Amino acid sequence: MSTQTHVAVHAAPATELQLPKDNRVLGLWVFLAGECAFFASLIGTYLGLHTATLHGPTGQQIFDLPLTTIATLILLSSSLTVVLGVQAMQRRDARGMQIWLWITALLGLFFLEFQGYEFYTFYNSGLTLHTSAFGSAFFTLTGFHGLHVLFGVFWILLLLFQSVKHGINEERTSKVFVMSLYWHFVDVVWVVLFTLVYLAGKVG
Amino acid sequence: MAAIPERLVAVHSESRTYTGIWSWLATVDHKRIGIMYILAGLFFMAFGGAEALIIRLQLWAPNSHVVSAETFNQLFTMHGVTMIFLVAMPILIGFINAIVPLQIGARDVAFPRMNALSLWLFVLGGLFLYSSFLFGSMPDAGWFNNAPLSELAFSKGLGVDFYDIGLQISGFGTLMTGINFLVTILNMRAPGMRLLRMPLFTWSALITMLLILFAFPPITVNLILQMFDRLFGANFFVVGNGGSALLWQNLFWIFGHPEVYIVILPAFGIISEIIPVFAKKVLFGYESMAMALSVIAFLSFMVWTHHMFADGLGPVVNSLFAITSMLIAVPTGIKIFNWLATLWGGKIHFTSAMLYALSFIPLFVIGGVSGIMLAMAPADLQYNDSYFVVAHFHYVLFGGTLMGALAALYYWFPKMWGRMLNEKLGKWNFWLVFIGFNVTFFPMHISGLLGMPRRISTYAPGNGWTIWNQISTIGAFILLAGMLILLYNLIQTFLHPADAPADPWDGRALEWSLTSPAPEYNFAQTPLVRGRDAYWLEKREGDGKLQPAEPAGPIHMPSPSLAPLGIALTIVLAGYGAVLHSTIIGGLFLLLTFVQIGRALLAEDHGFHVTPHVGGEAQ
Repeated sequence: MSTQTHVAVHAAPATELQLPKDNRVLGLWVFLAGECAFFASLIGTYLGLHTATLHGPTGQQIFDLPLTTIATLILLSSSLTVVLGVQAMQRRDARGMQIWLWITALLGLFFLEFQGYEFYTFYNSGLTLHTSAFGSAFFTLTGFHGLHVLFGVFWILLLLFQSVKHGINEERTSKVFVMSLYWHFVDVVWVVLFTLVYLAGKVG
Repeated sequence: MAAIPERLVAVHSESRTYTGIWSWLATVDHKRIGIMYILAGLFFMAFGGAEALIIRLQLWAPNSHVVSAETFNQLFTMHGVTMIFLVAMPILIGFINAIVPLQIGARDVAFPRMNALSLWLFVLGGLFLYSSFLFGSMPDAGWFNNAPLSELAFSKGLGVDFYDIGLQISGFGTLMTGINFLVTILNMRAPGMRLLRMPLFTWSALITMLLILFAFPPITVNLILQMFDRLFGANFFVVGNGGSALLWQNLFWIFGHPEVYIVILPAFGIISEIIPVFAKKVLFGYESMAMALSVIAFLSFMVWTHHMFADGLGPVVNSLFAITSMLIAVPTGIKIFNWLATLWGGKIHFTSAMLYALSFIPLFVIGGVSGIMLAMAPADLQYNDSYFVVAHFHYVLFGGTLMGALAALYYWFPKMWGRMLNEKLGKWNFWLVFIGFNVTFFPMHISGLLGMPRRISTYAPGNGWTIWNQISTIGAFILLAGMLILLYNLIQTFLHPADAPADPWDGRALEWSLTSPAPEYNFAQTPLVRGRDAYWLEKREGDGKLQPAEPAGPIHMPSPSLAPLGIALTIVLAGYGAVLHSTIIGGLFLLLTFVQIGRALLAEDHGFHVTPHVGGEAQ
């Protein structure tokens, strides 16, 4: 009954082509636009304050480019694995999707482990939130990116849990797709941070 | 991704039903959420108004001691914060909630539960802000809370912490409203409702939501940075440790200037709805009205340093921002002339709603003209931080936003509550508010030009300021009388039975095709929109009924849920943890929040179905 009603809506003589109707996908794109403004504000703050190192260490002194590059490669390859997961899902291959999502979550965790290690070494070399405005801006900017990765990992784990328990259906398909968009966005933000914070910071 | 077909579910499956007060706390219905936004906004308006009256009493005479200077700081800070964040925005968002889905022919918003979460974050965030009173320290660094003044070294109490965290909480709610309504308006229009057929109130909502989407993240970042400074010892605004004295102002006004358009564009939309209905004419220059809204929104992000002319940023920066600021007068002028052209030759009905709408035009023009005066950077150095500025922004925010909101209240009251407000009391209400407003705020232009700085708690005699302050204070009490008549009118009306006709004003947009109040499911059959002013068109050229775009049948509805209220509650409790420096309280409730968000991410709401009664629609 309901399905018939629904089909009839689309069969009605509409005078124009309707946009795709999945609110969740458009909602996430809109959310990401807001996230762009969020990270733009944080990045602007960092660029305004990164020279205010006072007596504390500078980025040039403490950034460890080889290590950060490896972490970047790990995070970027997780964008590939999440795509493979979504493709498996589209083939209705629940097991394939679960494997790729597990790998994605693990890569995210590796990245976070790197970030924890980096924060720890910086702390030991005398850079903290209190040291200088540079320290405040650095930890806040990269920390908020890390929180986004952490939230993404939890999101993936929740969806994995659900798909193992209940399998794939159309609503859950849309949830996984939306999560993958978020995950790509977090990766793209890291590309910007890697360039503006680490590469530009090392060059000085 | 393919569109997800709606799921087949039996009638009233799984969803719990709530009754009485619980049905309001658990509601996901945009109409009820709109009503609660407006009632909460009026509730906070009583606080903001009381603060204003105490301010006016204190300034009645020179060297007065009604309140101490410290209390005075808290009063003007909370007055500003309340009126902007807890009155103007929620009341306008309330009307957007209640009306926009009806105007586009939708059954609800895109994310009904998120909509409820937005409401509860605003309500609880506002109460959180006011609870600072119980901790003996309200925010006192001005509504824009400039750092470094608001840093720990200069503002030691908990007041600024309540400001930082309270505004973050209610700001999250506003941001979610922005996402929700952008998707609703873009994705859920009825067949035939093209963008350039949407009523202008819906257009103004669309543009406002875009502003919210890009303006709220910068203020959120600003509040987070200051929270880190105050709670965790970071150095963003601590100039001695390399922090910046201008960073707060930049981030605040990148948000703050779009914010003033967030609270004026919906009022523009309201006026554009009401004037054609009561002038019995088609709105003049529809496309240019929609275009002007978009241009204003675009320019509003390029004018923020006109709030910083006195900072010494240099002549190049000041000239650039003076020019962009003055440019905004062009699209705004287009709107004013279009309203006047709509009135020209019309058969004007002077209802209370129309009186408020008409008063909007001259009052907003006065505020706009003083705005142009302030936009000239060299002249601004004279007006800066004087009562002239106070007069300017009250003419745009009270004369503009609040007059628009009151017009909307009289106009849409029957559609939201099924009752008509008393027109006779409405006219008393209007004239007292109109006269009281001008008597209060016009003299502030003069006291400002005579050199009276804003935010001083008292002044010495002999400056020529006393008489103008006394006129302002008298005006404030005329305003109070006007608002008390509104309160009396509201109480009177609620005591009457709900008997409003479906279309009392001979309206033009889709909401007037529904019963008053609209049924739970809005439209028994999704309408087919055949042109601009869709309902008017059917009344003039059709048989007065909307063409259905689908056969009649059961309607799918989202289930009510207490989860949004629960999430908002734990976020606010985590806020108390942060303010009180309690890691345990903060961490515990943050964890509970994330548990609930996780549950919400996994939730699969099967909803329920209702079968509309025959004749559920008007006529």
